[in-house]
Amino acid sequence: MTTDPAAQAALQDDVLGTSRSHQADDGPGDEGASIWRVAARRLRRNPGAIIGAVIVLVFVLVAVLAPVLAPYGPQALPGRSEIRPTFIPGPSSEYLLGLDRYGGDLLSKLIWGARASLVIGVLSTLLGLAGGALVGLLAGAFGGWVDTLTMRFVDLMLSVPSLLLAVSIAAVIGQSPVAVVVAIGVVQVPIFARLLRGTMLAQRGQDYVLAARSLGLSRRTVTMSHVLPNSLGPVIVQATLMLATAVIEAAALSFLGLGGGSPTTAEWGRMLTAAQNELEVAPRLALWPGALIAITALGFTLFGEALREALDPKTRTR
Amino acid sequence: MARLVLQRLALLIPTLLGLSVLLFLWVRALPGGPATALLGERATPEAVERINRLYGFDRPLLEQYVTWLGQLLQGNFGVSTRTARPVLDEFLARFPATIELTALALLIAVGVGIPLGYVAARYQGRFLDHTTVVVSLLGVTIPVFFLAFLLKWLFAVQAGWFPSAGRQSADMVATHPTGFYVLDGLLTREWDASWDALTHLVLPALALGSIPLAIIARITRASVIEVQNADYVRTARAKGLSASRLRRRVVLRNAMLPVSTTIGLQVGLLLSGAVLTETVFAFNGIGSFLANAVFNLDYAVLQGFILFIAVVYALVNLAVDVSYGLIDPRMRAR
Repeated sequence: MTTDPAAQAALQDDVLGTSRSHQADDGPGDEGASIWRVAARRLRRNPGAIIGAVIVLVFVLVAVLAPVLAPYGPQALPGRSEIRPTFIPGPSSEYLLGLDRYGGDLLSKLIWGARASLVIGVLSTLLGLAGGALVGLLAGAFGGWVDTLTMRFVDLMLSVPSLLLAVSIAAVIGQSPVAVVVAIGVVQVPIFARLLRGTMLAQRGQDYVLAARSLGLSRRTVTMSHVLPNSLGPVIVQATLMLATAVIEAAALSFLGLGGGSPTTAEWGRMLTAAQNELEVAPRLALWPGALIAITALGFTLFGEALREALDPKTRTR
Repeated sequence: MARLVLQRLALLIPTLLGLSVLLFLWVRALPGGPATALLGERATPEAVERINRLYGFDRPLLEQYVTWLGQLLQGNFGVSTRTARPVLDEFLARFPATIELTALALLIAVGVGIPLGYVAARYQGRFLDHTTVVVSLLGVTIPVFFLAFLLKWLFAVQAGWFPSAGRQSADMVATHPTGFYVLDGLLTREWDASWDALTHLVLPALALGSIPLAIIARITRASVIEVQNADYVRTARAKGLSASRLRRRVVLRNAMLPVSTTIGLQVGLLLSGAVLTETVFAFNGIGSFLANAVFNLDYAVLQGFILFIAVVYALVNLAVDVSYGLIDPRMRAR
């Protein structure tokens, strides 16, 4: 199938130039170490992974500590009296990044926006992961007509471009942050479902499973300590990469106005929409939130790609 | 080959039927039902009942579905509540605009992405390769609408090299026999109209093409690297094939297989991205019309357009599979 994300993921396997270069580092010491410990060691040696991890860490810290870090509240308009129709005050000692059209402090709104992005990104990915795992396990465990039926349904969902699906779901639920979370989460369900089903099916047919079985290990032991850990790697990698997509799509949906709220809402996508009319007066209003969306997505992507390489058994033993 | 095409076309039918069921149930799952969706939330109960009877919403679900499907098959996709024009007309009026936009975006993505990925693979580990990897990584992570924004600000607002919105300048007098503005100008020999339409396309197409470009460059690079190191390439070289012949006939041809699949996958991305790019550039295509339909709760438009787009998407994927057969003789035998 041409629309198989797992196949595409496999193709993108070694797109970062680092993938084949540092395998030699993992010497004979690997033997007996768990895949996770090896992965952690390999991540520490990958500069891409470190940059990604730092970005993600800073993003999460800022989001969590927003009440402490932000000089003003998410809805506060401290500089309201200084705004003129043709003039929006720029950076000053009081407002480090300047004000926006409504008199809000840009820095504060960016910080609160990080929190909004983190909450929407994590919740929607968890929703997609839970839904996808349920569908994928259902298909993988029962097989037969249940498998056929669920996979047809998954194909159906994949037959509509993702943003359109998200937009139409959000349109039905109504304009609110909850709609954005549900819309992005639902769009992720078929991707996770396919991935988990595919990897579990592939693992079940592997020689090592047959070997473990013939050594007399119980079916449960084989599944829990061999098949599942080997199937989880790609899912965790996909979830990390999905966080990047979720942050971008959340911003896109609020940019289109589906996140609800007023134009003063502290959300990166929404701030970009508002900045659209001030492009000639104050381009920084668009540049800051846009750059932050891109950097956050970059962080999750870098870390996710590095994690994929680190967990890839093909590159591990060679 | 013909069998493959027929087989895939046959598979398309259950997919579209399933999608039609989903879309049918979708509008009926709306809070307040389709009548409220048509009339708005402040509709009187009498008006709702009248609409329900008029459109047959009081009939059994199965009967409603069969009737609706019958109308769809006759090309009746309902009427837009916002413009009071048939959905099919609205779609056909805007589709050429989006095709022009996505075609140019795809042309940029393929035309730049494949050479970039190929060159990066040939000089693997060198400066050019690292630059390509970084650029393609940035291309994937910069949101389309933000890039559209940047391009508009830099090249339309600041530099003034390109127009910032629309499909053609307002003062341009031009006839439109096909609806493809660039093509129209060529057909009617109104060269300036054609050129004007093209300049309007450049910035949106660049923004829209950025993500596909990055992905195509990445896949091409990875694929060429893999093929370069394959045993059969070494064998071909050992047999005395010249370097240029080896690159063209063996490496490039084999490396293009995954790339062609990727290009097909980009079409869905382009159609999604068109919603955002067209909104930023006030470009009157199906994307911006669809975005407006969301806010006006224009469900007939949403249903119809999504169905159309799914058909286009499916047909493109079919075309990709066919092209697969053309590139790889092994696929033809099956």
